[in-house]
Amino acid sequence: MTARERIAGTVASYVDERTGAAAWMKKNLNKVFPDHWSFLLGEIALYSFIILLLSGTFLTFWFDPSQREVIYDGNYEPLSGLKMSAAYASTLHISFEVRGGLLMRQIHHWAALLFMVAIVVHLLRVYFTGAFRKPREFNWIIGVGLLTLGIVEGFLGYSLPDDLLSGTGIRIAEAIIQALPVVGSYISFFAFGGAFPGEAFIPRIFTVHVLLLPGIFLALITVHLMLVWYQKHTQYPGPGRTEKNVVGFPLLPVYMAKAGGFFFIVFGVTAFLSAVASINPIWLYGPYTPGQISAGSQPDWYMGWLDGLVRMAPPLETHAFGHTISWNILIPGLILPGIMFTGLALYPFIESWISGDKREHHILDRPRNVPNRTAIGAMALTFTIVGLLNGGNDIIATTFNLTINQMMWFSRIGILVLPPIAFVVTKRLCLSLQRADRDLVLHGRETGTLLRMPSGEFVEVHEPISAEKAWTLTQHEQPVPLELSDTDTRGLKRPGAIKNKLRNRMSRANAVAVPKVTAQDLKEIEHH
Amino acid sequence: MKYLSRYRRHKAVAPLLLLFALFAIGTTFSVASATTTPSQSALSRSAAIDEGRQLFLKGCSSCHGLNAEGGAIAPSLIGVGAASVDFQVGTGRMPMADMSTQAMRKPPVYDANQVAALAEYVASLAPGPAIPTDAVLNYERDGSTAQGGELFRTNCAMCHNFAAQGGALTQGKYAPTLMGVQPKQMYEAMITGPQSMPVFSDKTITPAEKLSIIKWVKAAEAEPALGGAALGRVGPVTEGLLVWTLGIGLLIGVAVWLAMKAR
Amino acid sequence: MSHEIEAIKDPGVPAHVHRQADSDPKAEKKAERQVAILFGLSAVGTLLFIYSYIWLPEDVFIYLPVLGTTNAKQLFLGLGLALSLFFIGAGAIHWAKTLMPDEEVIAMRHEMRSEDSDRKDFVASAKEGAAAAGLGRRSLIKRSLGLSLGLVGLSPLLLLRDLGPLPGKDLETTSWKSGTRLVTDPGDRPIKPSDLEVGAVAQVLPALAPGEERTLNNIGKDAVLLIRLRPEEFQLDAEKLAMTHEGIIAFSKICSHMGCAVALYEQQTKHLLCPCHQSTFDVPRGAKVIFGPAARPLPQLAISVDQEGYLVAQRPFSEPVGPSYWERNSQ
Repeated sequence: MTARERIAGTVASYVDERTGAAAWMKKNLNKVFPDHWSFLLGEIALYSFIILLLSGTFLTFWFDPSQREVIYDGNYEPLSGLKMSAAYASTLHISFEVRGGLLMRQIHHWAALLFMVAIVVHLLRVYFTGAFRKPREFNWIIGVGLLTLGIVEGFLGYSLPDDLLSGTGIRIAEAIIQALPVVGSYISFFAFGGAFPGEAFIPRIFTVHVLLLPGIFLALITVHLMLVWYQKHTQYPGPGRTEKNVVGFPLLPVYMAKAGGFFFIVFGVTAFLSAVASINPIWLYGPYTPGQISAGSQPDWYMGWLDGLVRMAPPLETHAFGHTISWNILIPGLILPGIMFTGLALYPFIESWISGDKREHHILDRPRNVPNRTAIGAMALTFTIVGLLNGGNDIIATTFNLTINQMMWFSRIGILVLPPIAFVVTKRLCLSLQRADRDLVLHGRETGTLLRMPSGEFVEVHEPISAEKAWTLTQHEQPVPLELSDTDTRGLKRPGAIKNKLRNRMSRANAVAVPKVTAQDLKEIEHH
Repeated sequence: MKYLSRYRRHKAVAPLLLLFALFAIGTTFSVASATTTPSQSALSRSAAIDEGRQLFLKGCSSCHGLNAEGGAIAPSLIGVGAASVDFQVGTGRMPMADMSTQAMRKPPVYDANQVAALAEYVASLAPGPAIPTDAVLNYERDGSTAQGGELFRTNCAMCHNFAAQGGALTQGKYAPTLMGVQPKQMYEAMITGPQSMPVFSDKTITPAEKLSIIKWVKAAEAEPALGGAALGRVGPVTEGLLVWTLGIGLLIGVAVWLAMKAR
Repeated sequence: MSHEIEAIKDPGVPAHVHRQADSDPKAEKKAERQVAILFGLSAVGTLLFIYSYIWLPEDVFIYLPVLGTTNAKQLFLGLGLALSLFFIGAGAIHWAKTLMPDEEVIAMRHEMRSEDSDRKDFVASAKEGAAAAGLGRRSLIKRSLGLSLGLVGLSPLLLLRDLGPLPGKDLETTSWKSGTRLVTDPGDRPIKPSDLEVGAVAQVLPALAPGEERTLNNIGKDAVLLIRLRPEEFQLDAEKLAMTHEGIIAFSKICSHMGCAVALYEQQTKHLLCPCHQSTFDVPRGAKVIFGPAARPLPQLAISVDQEGYLVAQRPFSEPVGPSYWERNSQ
């Protein structure tokens, strides 16, 4: 035993005698994680969050979250002598007088954008592969919660510097609050400490941004990870992968080195972006005042789809009995996003209700094998992308010589028409891909070699695919539609007959599939 | 400049500036009269008007009418002034290449002398805003960048964007970028209100304030990238585009490498 | 669920393929060297960072293709940091991939569900606990507890009351009064009708009484846009026409949709466009909405001139400016 081993042993023994950690560690150091690039998307989000904590803490050392009016006398000449809030002035100070301050500001902002991108891409991976199915529904809901909080946290964050662009964003947020029926103007006055913009809002959202929400984030992320740990990671279908096992690399040392290394990669890439690309140049926007505005005022991308929805809303307001209800704000700003996020959170339960599948799943689906889910995902994605495009319609219009009016009408019609088209096209695409899989298993891979038959006819030589590949293509289950009868055993109508009928119908649509290769099929092929 | 601006509220400043202005006017006048005698200048002026008229008949009258009285597709030019002609023709907007949504900035068709002649001709029809002289346009001396920025954000940024990069108007019209626009042309645009742009009168935005605006635009144009590639200075749209392409693209690339089995 | 006989059997985890570094000591050495080089690059990055932080002046700019002219200090600080971090990661991953064991291992899963006996025991002890507390029997306690738990949430809610004042009439009032002069923003100079040519616009605010300070709250409601048209271009009813002066019309600049500053005036079409959500207002028809999500025209301010000939407000706005809210009477 070397001296080093002796010291390590003493320390370990000291800790274990007080915590009993050895037994737990022994079990968990050998925890197996399957390796796939798409399993790292959530890690990007996690690491971006850590980068946000680090860079954000740095920024708080100089940031002054106050709307007190000051006269700027800093290094940036084009603003010198102007009145502005202390929040804006201190952000300028971080950018131009603190060495590396601008870099950290940019790292913080790029990491925030990356955090949201990673959450969305991770969510898409989980959705399209069916990783949300039992037993992982809780984690799905936590994930949807993190996405929602991320949008709020991001908005509050970029609102803090009190520049012209973000002040405009707060103005719009205030209008949304004010549009709430009955309580709107009261909540707005409470939130802003009086009329907009007041002097209370930025100090308040600062506390929410740096204390309350990060705290909730930490708690939710911890639970999210503990559940992944405890339930063990899902894995893609393949030879040797079953519902009862997990095939991959042990935590120590391989996964730890890879995951730990990947943290530095994410940090490095964020720093690289921050070195080469400017983000949120608040000194160009100028300090906020309600009388000014810039062309092309947009929110950050994760709010862009909401802004796009608000832009395309029809001009509807109800004026009755001395009251006003702004549907043009409520529908795109609250009701539609509310429906979307609720639907997203409930999706695992809806799907299992339709399919009647209540079993645990640890093997991921290939998206083509679940055409309905994939098509619904494509539909929702199309909806959001149309909204997002309309959120930047003025920039797109000037870049591509279009008009904002054309863009707006395209979006207004597209938001209704394109999602259903996306559904149909995706579903058919999935079925074609299933058919292609079936052909591949039955007839093998096309080699490109032509062979002339004695009859003079040319045929292409097909090479059988490997057993591993064939297994991957055929391991999935074929869904069976529910057949809930609307009468009970005595022939009497059941109470929930209409519900059952609906459920049967949805279940049938859900179960549409190209039959996969059976033993019978293979036998027939052999005889040819 | 900082050294000077420290004294700008000094009580001796106003009389001193007045003296300075009088002296400047006096010298420019004497210099101008020294080079050309009044009769000569009148002669060359009428010659210029004549030349301008010829150019106008050839190049402009088909739309604007033989006497610049306007037509079905083009407005009357009586009273628009020399500044308007200098802006429209000098920036290549006129003659229009096609009758689409709005006249675009392009290389001018006429050379400087021809533009001057056209301007003289149109100015001779009725009084209108004159071309600002170089003495007026000394924005480096008479403008204040910070004040110009504030004026720009209140009066111009809503169309031309916070960094003067231009922006969209309705039905395909647009406010052009101000990058690379000459100070004289910016000044002319403000006093004449070309195309969609409204007029900014000298009483609501004083000539000194106009120079401040120009000084700020020129400062914005010259401002190097302080935090890396400027991404067009159009706000969060291009930032979002970059994070969805380069940002997540790089990371997914590394993730694929990470999960790939080594040989 | 699937009843057909599975045609293709699971061939099991494929046999492990060894890497070069597993068998060839040369390849192993090479991989080791590569990892060391990657870690070394990280150290170079840190040196670049330190150099840039301490020695690089703030005002050095360099030209780079794509990036343009960029501040060197910011760029090299960032690149230094990026290199130092990225290559630690790259080194660790390369190490894990080439030199750490890469044989896949199999771990077994267990169903999430607890054993039946555990569940039974749990239910039994939960019931026992509840029975011991008498939750089922003591309905008085249960109800009073429910009441107090329901009420206790009110205290923290009530504590939030002092976050701000009640709206009162605040949303309905602006600083504009009868006879308030219109002054330029910025500049605070009064305006005469003759100061505005046809086609001119001016951003204006109400003149300040001596000693008054203008706050952002004021600007947020008071900002007004003046536009001069030819009087014959108006298509207004008599009441609205009387609110204009010699072709000059004044609108609240605060959008009736979501409160952005609407000031994009197109002189030729006489349309006002809001850059936030692209509501378009037709000025000659009293800022009627002709496109976009706004549902109400911009409130018009009645203007005339005082004895000295300066533009003034005839009276306050006759309706609240800015976005809609529940208590707004919009009929």
